[in-house]
Amino acid sequence: MSKVFIALQTNDDTRSIIQAILADNPHAIANEQPAMVKIDAEGSLVVRRSSIEDLIGRDFDLQELHINLISLTGHVDETDDELTLSWNT
Amino acid sequence: MDMKVSKKKLGLKEKYQHMTRGLGWETTYQSMDEVFPYAKYEGIKIHDWDKWEDPFRLTMDAYWKYQAEKERKLYAIIDAYAQNNGHLSVTDARYINAVKLFLNGISPLEYMAHRGFAHAGRQFPGVGPRVACLMQSLDEIRHAQTQIHSLSNYNKYYNGFHEYRHMLERVWYLSVPRSFFDDAITAGPFEFMVAIGFSFEYVLTNLLFVPFVSGAAYNGDMGTMTFGFSAQSDEARHMTLGLEVIKFILEQDPDNLPIVQQWIDKWTWRGYRVLTLVGMMMDYMLPKRIMSWKEAWEVYFEENGGALFKDLARYGIRPPKWLDQIEQDKDHISHQAWATFYNYAAACNFHTWIPTDDEMDWLSQKYPNSFDKYYRPRLEYWREEAKKGNRFYNKTLPMLCQTCQIPMIFTEPGDPTQICYREVDYKGNKYHFCSDGCKEIFEHEPEKYIQSWLPVHQIYQGNCFNEGVDPTAEGFDPLAAVLDYYHLNFGRDNLDFEGSEDQKNFDAWRGMATKNT
Repeated sequence: MSKVFIALQTNDDTRSIIQAILADNPHAIANEQPAMVKIDAEGSLVVRRSSIEDLIGRDFDLQELHINLISLTGHVDETDDELTLSWNT
Repeated sequence: MDMKVSKKKLGLKEKYQHMTRGLGWETTYQSMDEVFPYAKYEGIKIHDWDKWEDPFRLTMDAYWKYQAEKERKLYAIIDAYAQNNGHLSVTDARYINAVKLFLNGISPLEYMAHRGFAHAGRQFPGVGPRVACLMQSLDEIRHAQTQIHSLSNYNKYYNGFHEYRHMLERVWYLSVPRSFFDDAITAGPFEFMVAIGFSFEYVLTNLLFVPFVSGAAYNGDMGTMTFGFSAQSDEARHMTLGLEVIKFILEQDPDNLPIVQQWIDKWTWRGYRVLTLVGMMMDYMLPKRIMSWKEAWEVYFEENGGALFKDLARYGIRPPKWLDQIEQDKDHISHQAWATFYNYAAACNFHTWIPTDDEMDWLSQKYPNSFDKYYRPRLEYWREEAKKGNRFYNKTLPMLCQTCQIPMIFTEPGDPTQICYREVDYKGNKYHFCSDGCKEIFEHEPEKYIQSWLPVHQIYQGNCFNEGVDPTAEGFDPLAAVLDYYHLNFGRDNLDFEGSEDQKNFDAWRGMATKNT
């Protein structure tokens, strides 16, 4: 199974996002690097709006991710509620 | 009385559909073929542009909102960095040479990317790729400008930043990144998208931005880190566009496969060659190192690229050509490149140096199969010579590869002691190449590459001297005349870091920043 990843800047905005991603994807592993966090996951990874909102206590638009996003791999599927990264193999 | 108003907001997908796809139409005064004259000549067959998928469904309102926020963050940090004399908090002044390399070799490419995506976007008959290319074109000009703004702070204090635009079209090593992009933007719109959108942005860009920007952070350069991450936050969108382009083209017609495969082979190799500069920067120019070039290559190319090409195999795509050579080269190219710049330090707009003992030990540890055997003895020899007052400056101009324009510095696959040469006879002339990859790329499009502006050839033809210079005059010094033409200040911008003005100023200013003298 191939790995997908998402990399985010390390800052106040992303702390809850990273926490939500790790909670929603128990198979994901966070690698902390200087000023960034890279989250690797076998097969697929989902970023869920509701999980982030629960942690930050306000509405969150998934497109806010763009502000702190560094990089990602895999096919992207984005809806109002979820952003999913996956490989077909 | 109560009005029943249905206030349900449009979902992301519907909103995107209305604001982008819904705005296009088929032309009637002129045929679509006349309006989009470059859409077919490359041989790519598209039957239904509506099949284009837009992974990030960004409309202009959201685009401005998020880009504006990125800009505000960026400029707040850049101001703070400048106000706080942030340049004095970098690890040591050698680091600043990595930033010089970036401004001179990379930032102008961002501007070229802006032009390229504007052009490609104009030429696609489909609305989906047109919108994506438009946004990427805007991103790229933002990157060029924010990088120039951020790095202008260094230009106030250090040498080598002052004439990057003038130098781009003249200085020998800058022809490598420049010709790479010139090659891409003079291709058709589909090839451009596979070249830059896919091969560069998707397969290779992580190798440039992630280690570089993380490296800047590690070396205390908040200015570079900030513009780097600000640019990088757009890259995820660019990468996704690059992947979508490939999938879309391949799904449209089986005849597209061999054309796309040839482009992937060509542009992965071309991009890989350009990234030699990044490898050297990671292994030699960051005083505090984050990971070796080899490690970055393994994570970002072998692992991620491996997953990508496994996924694309269902379309019949195979991994790019020459990977077996690339696999062997990862132990060598950064060392070979640094040795070259050390040699030609008199003709460079940044400084080079011999790594410290600690740094050489780090290199031994990261490159157990190559560093001690092939590269350490040479560096130690040069260090001894420099101590005796014989710092080696090579004054002989090197032979260049006709395709990648890099001097012939790379070695034969399997034999790191033998320089690799390839040649082709074409219409009565002999052309030289650094590798099988560059040779085969030439053979596929010789009429394009025989036009290459090769800096060494141009110098020998007398095209790199200022107006009025007489090369036949008594005591003519060709190197001095070429450096004048480059606008390179001898003794300030070039030569070894040891004893440079940058080194002295940094030490003096850092002293002033920490003491009351």
